[in-house]
Amino acid sequence: MGAKMVEFNGWDMPVEYPASLGGGIISEHMAVRTGVGIFDVSHMGDIRLAGKQALAAVQHISMNDASRLAVGQAQYSALLYPQGTFVDDVIVHRLAEDEYLLVINAGTREKDFSWVHDNTGQFDCAVENLSDDYTQIAIQGPKGVNLLQKLTDADLSSVKFYWVTRGQVCGLNNILMGRTGYTAEDGFEIYVPADEATSARVWNEILVAGKEFGVVPCGLGARNTLRLEGKLPLYGHEISDTINVWEAGLDRFCRVEKAEFVGRGALEKAKAAGVKRTLVGLEMVERGIARDDYKVLDDSGREIGCVTSGSPAPFLKKNIALAYVPVEFAAVGSAVKVEVRGQGVGAVVVPTPFYKRPKKSA
Amino acid sequence: MAYPADRKYTKEHEWIQVNGTTGTIGITDYAQQSLGDIVFVETPKVGAELTAGKTFGTVESVKAVSDLFAPASGTVTEVNDDLAASPEKVNKDAHGSWMVKITLKNPSEPDRLLSAADYEKFVAEEAGH
Repeated sequence: MGAKMVEFNGWDMPVEYPASLGGGIISEHMAVRTGVGIFDVSHMGDIRLAGKQALAAVQHISMNDASRLAVGQAQYSALLYPQGTFVDDVIVHRLAEDEYLLVINAGTREKDFSWVHDNTGQFDCAVENLSDDYTQIAIQGPKGVNLLQKLTDADLSSVKFYWVTRGQVCGLNNILMGRTGYTAEDGFEIYVPADEATSARVWNEILVAGKEFGVVPCGLGARNTLRLEGKLPLYGHEISDTINVWEAGLDRFCRVEKAEFVGRGALEKAKAAGVKRTLVGLEMVERGIARDDYKVLDDSGREIGCVTSGSPAPFLKKNIALAYVPVEFAAVGSAVKVEVRGQGVGAVVVPTPFYKRPKKSA
Repeated sequence: MAYPADRKYTKEHEWIQVNGTTGTIGITDYAQQSLGDIVFVETPKVGAELTAGKTFGTVESVKAVSDLFAPASGTVTEVNDDLAASPEKVNKDAHGSWMVKITLKNPSEPDRLLSAADYEKFVAEEAGH
């Protein structure tokens, strides 16, 4: 389609599409915020756990409480190391009574699968790597539901956010559709067979069906600015194997009251010892753009932290960043500086998420 | 794209238009296309010295930071303040959006740079990769 391509964790992926297709990072970003955009996210991984003790297995490796999931429901969670730091973040879907699907990051596919496999051997449960079996397409934006509804017999209005359904999509039977995404907008992610002919056909049918909604194909560039505005973490940036759950601010997805899970002990200790650094949102107040790995400084120019992700925010029309700073700088309104090409540029700690989608009236 | 013949070009995708001892500098259409949406242009102040081949500022797109390389040596006499408020003008009309004007140290220095035809050829080869 003439997209600018880039290598991403071993995958050849579009950064942005040509202007002739309505592309460009800003245009794609705005399409998702106001209409609908589609992403080929097949690089993401899929691990299925099925069997009598599938729930127990998931509970052991995932920090959230999967026992709260009804069939058809999904939740955001993470796989942790014994130190309470991140193997990966994940969306756990309960597909059936004893069947769970973990959707994981592209860059961590192999690592995650090995981790899950090695840490669930004691449970009566089959662990399968289905990553190569599926093409995953995300249809995101306020018109995302409308678009997908044209292509499926399933009644999407009955599927709540973070729930899934199955139905016929583009003539394919029993296709999994989840009301999930990485854009801080409403929308669906669908999983179709990975063979090239099917994948291409579905992609093109989505583009045709979406014409009336102004659908735009979107690349990694917009994917990053969208998730950043919504303060959604990116592995290797806000979460990693050296950052724990409390520092990352993901407390509400971590159920320490669960009997046990890998990492629980270390997290309890860390909480008792007190959290030293925390993830905050920054907004540039002086002229300049904070970017990944730029240093965060205090008023006197002393280095106090680091930007994990930073970029212009196309919808908010501000320059924003996520950064780790010592807890004493974490209060909203705290003034800090970001070092841009050797100069400290003024920024302020702001509430997050930077963007929250408007509540839809029924 | 036919590149305007009234100026010279560098392999770093800047252009310089010479008028007596004044050099007017900007980036090419190829540059703006490669960069994507431009959100920030940083140029030196009036009075700053540019050295041919050295960086003199930055242009930022949503995704990336790119250095600006001086096509010739000289002293900055004027800066296009428009681009601070409206960096997207560079995307809309790269050849019409000048960034800085300089008094050339050596008015014939730009002669060694690429002509429009040579730059067009250079870009066609680059794009072919």
